Amino acid sequence: MQAAPPRTLFDKIWDFHCVGQRADGRDLLYIDRHVLHELHAHHAFTKLQKQQRKVHRPDLTFAVQDHTVATQPGRDDDTNPSGSAFIKAMRDGCERSAIRLFDLGDPDQGISHVVAPELGIVLPGATHAVPDSHASTVGGLGALAFGCGTSELAHILVTQVMALKRPKRMRVRLDGHLGPHVNAKDVALRLIAELGVAGARGHAVEYAGTATRSLPIEQRMTLCNLNIEMGGRSGLVAPDGATFAWLYGRPYVPQGAQWDRALKVWRTLQTDDDAVFDREVGLDCSSLEPQITWGTDPSQVVAISGRVPKPSAVEPARRAAAESAFAYMGLAPGTPLAGLPVDRVFIGSCTNARLPDLETAAAVVRGRRVAEGVTAMVVPGSSRVKREAEAAGLDRVFRDAGFFWGESGCSMCAGGNGDRGQPGERCVSTTNRNFENRQGPKVRTHLASPATAAASAIAGRITDVRRLMVGAA
Amino acid sequence: MQPFTSHAGIAAPLLRDDINTDQIAPVLHARGLQEDYKTMLFHRARRREDGSENPEFVLNKPQFRNAGILVTGHNFGAGSSRESAVWSMLANDIRVIVAKSFADIYRENCLQNGLLPVVLEANDADAFIARVVAADGGAPFTVDLVTQRISGPGGADLAFEIAAADRTRLLEGLDDIGLTLKYMNDIIRWEQRAAMAQPWLQSAHDSR
Repeated sequence: MQAAPPRTLFDKIWDFHCVGQRADGRDLLYIDRHVLHELHAHHAFTKLQKQQRKVHRPDLTFAVQDHTVATQPGRDDDTNPSGSAFIKAMRDGCERSAIRLFDLGDPDQGISHVVAPELGIVLPGATHAVPDSHASTVGGLGALAFGCGTSELAHILVTQVMALKRPKRMRVRLDGHLGPHVNAKDVALRLIAELGVAGARGHAVEYAGTATRSLPIEQRMTLCNLNIEMGGRSGLVAPDGATFAWLYGRPYVPQGAQWDRALKVWRTLQTDDDAVFDREVGLDCSSLEPQITWGTDPSQVVAISGRVPKPSAVEPARRAAAESAFAYMGLAPGTPLAGLPVDRVFIGSCTNARLPDLETAAAVVRGRRVAEGVTAMVVPGSSRVKREAEAAGLDRVFRDAGFFWGESGCSMCAGGNGDRGQPGERCVSTTNRNFENRQGPKVRTHLASPATAAASAIAGRITDVRRLMVGAA
Repeated sequence: MQPFTSHAGIAAPLLRDDINTDQIAPVLHARGLQEDYKTMLFHRARRREDGSENPEFVLNKPQFRNAGILVTGHNFGAGSSRESAVWSMLANDIRVIVAKSFADIYRENCLQNGLLPVVLEANDADAFIARVVAADGGAPFTVDLVTQRISGPGGADLAFEIAAADRTRLLEGLDDIGLTLKYMNDIIRWEQRAAMAQPWLQSAHDSR
């Protein structure tokens, strides 16, 4: 008998979930877990009602209120007036279709990409879809995830499959050891800088290598979260002992004998030794400094000790974009990033608002004060993260330093809930997109890690956290 | 879905790479369930700071106000998966986007809505862009999906490639959900198999 050809982890998950090929040549890929949010779901609910179609598997479908919810303490449906219609439509739609909604006030409410993993709704080897481009955050657990549009969302509701063309396979090997105060956010920003905002377009990405293996689960999620910023719809990390330990005992994870059985399957979720990828890239992380964006797309990145590039140093095809970014960001070529005065700091979002992100930021903030004139916010990624942070006293650390401590939601990442900066403000943000006007008209966003954001809030300037922490315990 | 066979219109050049969905369909501060997709399209680029129209923006120029084809660079539609970035094109009667490449999710959203995404190879794209710029809105181009050709001022017809399945779906305006519903028996059989092989995938219970 001939041995089965070696396969990548992506292929194993895809092949298992492929129901068949549709007449038009697309693969019908079964979606094990579908999570909706209120900004896009109502379009799909309305469409289904009009077409008199039903949700096929409400028991595998979950919903959160995250994009439009206010972050003020004591919030309700109407605290953000432009969100209330979305929030109510979501509630009605979920009730009609018997979908479990993590509503405002629910102890498990939060950002979909934070809630689904922390409850164990998403599992290794599972397929997952969210009408949001950062769906592949859960790739950090070894799940294969797809961000999708509203029509695809309706399609999944009715059929529980997506009709997809099989993407190509790409492997990113991360090797070496991350230095102090350097984490997955810095790695991802450097990768996007190297590969470009379309570097993974058309590919499903597997992150591998010793540096990936040594990342805690939450940082693997940060890495996979930013996969879309280099154009990749899906990104994942093969699950390992750390993944299984992280998942064990979470509410929706299989229990008892089922857990043992699942574990046997999950241990096979690895890329075979001789499997072939369409593209392979590598990055040695050993000498990596903290990274920060200087421009208006997530590939315009320099090390924290770096300077805004000179146009001559930018490849010709990217020069016009760089010129436009200089103007929008109010930065002359050659300006050092460190030392730039900041007006606002935002620590939050599906990228960087899990408990360890907040612990990292709090370790920098502890015993210090936010600089005069800086508006600083922390918005936990979920209500559970918020509770756990409060139990550990982190809210006090942030509040005592002068940070706003908010209720969970997407908040200033896209500003869909009214949390926005003022025109002209320079904002260091732990989010995923530094696009023009995203965090408010004319707001100048610099993407960075939670540690860099915290250090910059304290100093009132973009700051190398390693310098701030010199001599600190 | 509205079928797409052929579309004649003024071609407007928006010659940048990486135009993202925040630019195409920004999240505006005041919003509701019934959004004005026509006004949403490139909302910020179309306006100056005081709210008045920005005469420099291509779609505000007199010759491109009724453009039916948008011509652009690489990686068009990067960023968020919001489908409003497609609906806002259609609300402005733009039914074709000719690009050097598209972001993955944006292209899928186009196909779901009868907006034709045309990708031209580098040489063809540059030649076509030159013709669009030279035409300057003076005469329309026609994009024909049946013959897979673009015709218009300044040169011979240009052929373009598109996957046969995508072409059929657009030409016939096929309902994507309807296409898949024909396989519902296969889907249910898959569920039964998965419930045996990996039962934890077929149920999601809160154990608390």
